Amino acid sequence: MTELLELLETDARRPVSELASILKRSEYEVEKEIAQLERDQVILGYNTIIDREKLGGDGVTAIIEVNLTPEREVGFDAISERIYRFEEVRTVYLMSGSFDLLVIIEGSSLKDVSNFIATRLATIDGVTGTRTHFMLKTYKKDHIILGNKEKDRRLVVTP
Amino acid sequence: MSDMKKWEDRLSPAVNSIAPSGIRKFFDIAATMDDVISLGVGEPDFVTPWTIRESCVYGLEQGYTSYTSNKGLLELREEIIRHHAEVDGLVGPTADDVLVTVGVSEALDIAMRSILGPGDEILIPEPCYVSYGACAALAGGVPVAVPSRIENEFRVTVEDLEAHVTDKTKALLIGYPNNPTGAIMPRAELQKIADFAERHDLIVISDEIYGDLTYGSEPHVSFAALPGMAERTILLNGFSKAYAMTGWRIGYAIANPAIIAAMTKIHQYTILCAPITAQVAAVEALRRGEKYRLKMLAEYDRRRKFIYDGFNKLGLPAFEPKGAFYIFPDISSTGLSSNDFAEKLLTSEHVALVPGTAFGSCGEGYIRCSYATSLDQIAEALNRIENFLKNHVR
Repeated sequence: MTELLELLETDARRPVSELASILKRSEYEVEKEIAQLERDQVILGYNTIIDREKLGGDGVTAIIEVNLTPEREVGFDAISERIYRFEEVRTVYLMSGSFDLLVIIEGSSLKDVSNFIATRLATIDGVTGTRTHFMLKTYKKDHIILGNKEKDRRLVVTP
Repeated sequence: MSDMKKWEDRLSPAVNSIAPSGIRKFFDIAATMDDVISLGVGEPDFVTPWTIRESCVYGLEQGYTSYTSNKGLLELREEIIRHHAEVDGLVGPTADDVLVTVGVSEALDIAMRSILGPGDEILIPEPCYVSYGACAALAGGVPVAVPSRIENEFRVTVEDLEAHVTDKTKALLIGYPNNPTGAIMPRAELQKIADFAERHDLIVISDEIYGDLTYGSEPHVSFAALPGMAERTILLNGFSKAYAMTGWRIGYAIANPAIIAAMTKIHQYTILCAPITAQVAAVEALRRGEKYRLKMLAEYDRRRKFIYDGFNKLGLPAFEPKGAFYIFPDISSTGLSSNDFAEKLLTSEHVALVPGTAFGSCGEGYIRCSYATSLDQIAEALNRIENFLKNHVR
């Protein structure tokens, strides 16, 4: 991975001037490269990591193990597409091991999510089984510890 | 209240002969403010990597709570030797030639006390870490400051060293990568210092605490690893900077058997041994800390480039630092002394940094800024310094 991508992956909001200083290149060059990476879909988007607990919201996240019957010619691809096209589905991974797809779904309530699984996901042709795990608490997400209490304990001036 | 003066007069002349550190004043002012951005901190902003902290916790659970041998845990000394053989190509010294100390600070103190007699002179290139001269004086020796200059990228030259040699010169202290300038000594330059040391038969104390923190294409060269130099070198190093372990207080010295025996004698009567909990953590740092060290190094490097660019854009030119995590910009164009610059900046813009004069008189006209702080903080500090220059200088 290039240094530019490393910098953007840890903080997408770095000003271009800062990136240019660090990379010892002009702002114009950096902007051009970012635009190119976006066009090439190396950079797919920019997210914000939100501590939802702080918002007091009652949304739920479910992690679902899905078993599939693969199809001739296309394997898992076609059926996976039928699943990931749903708005409710946030993330889909093809996995090795005792199940095939790991599907992450976000919904407004437990009922909302279970309803989606029962009526939409589990009924798709080729889905042979699901096991649903509801997420209870997030401790760490994308390298960020939620509610991190470690603070700068250093003295202000030291030799 | 007791009569301060009366009691001061009864203190040891050696203590009275040394001035308190020039940094204290800034610390006291900064302590009254709650929105200070500090570029004045001489330690990493990272917390010690978890694997190191966790190994210490495990060590405590296993009952590692006793003294160790005076020289330190054998497995730690073996790891130290292995590390320097791998990284610096240091051959010769064995675990017996290592003394584990309470930070490099202790190693520095007992090294001076081991080699300096009354009136013995030790050459100390400046600007340099604040303790060097004081430790030499407390040991009864005579610190002789040798200036280094920006036109030589703050590397002391043999010409300047020669100009300060007398028949009382016994030792030379070098500290590269350098605090406060960020200077390093490439192999060819260091070899000239080695030839100089050999010519005058000097003991060389080489403080290489920032040795694992260099940037760019020129790697750190250990003085002890130069041909024939191991015997006359007291190599000082530790875990504070590279592994973000300042508060653990673990350093060490590697030297010839006679000197290590002398240092161990002082160490055993004054310290006994470095804390075992921290020694256990230091073993983990050398065994599994490498990838975390490299990650921190990459982050310092980004900040280094950012702050170097920033100061030059502000019209405060700086030598591009090659090691440690300090930059030493030239502020003489402002017409302010280093001390006034630092004090006024702190009171008006709440940015703390350290005047160059805290590191020796040839630091006048410079300020030391640490970039061991986040990029956001550095950006904000640079904004405030820009304001300061607009409102108070131009």
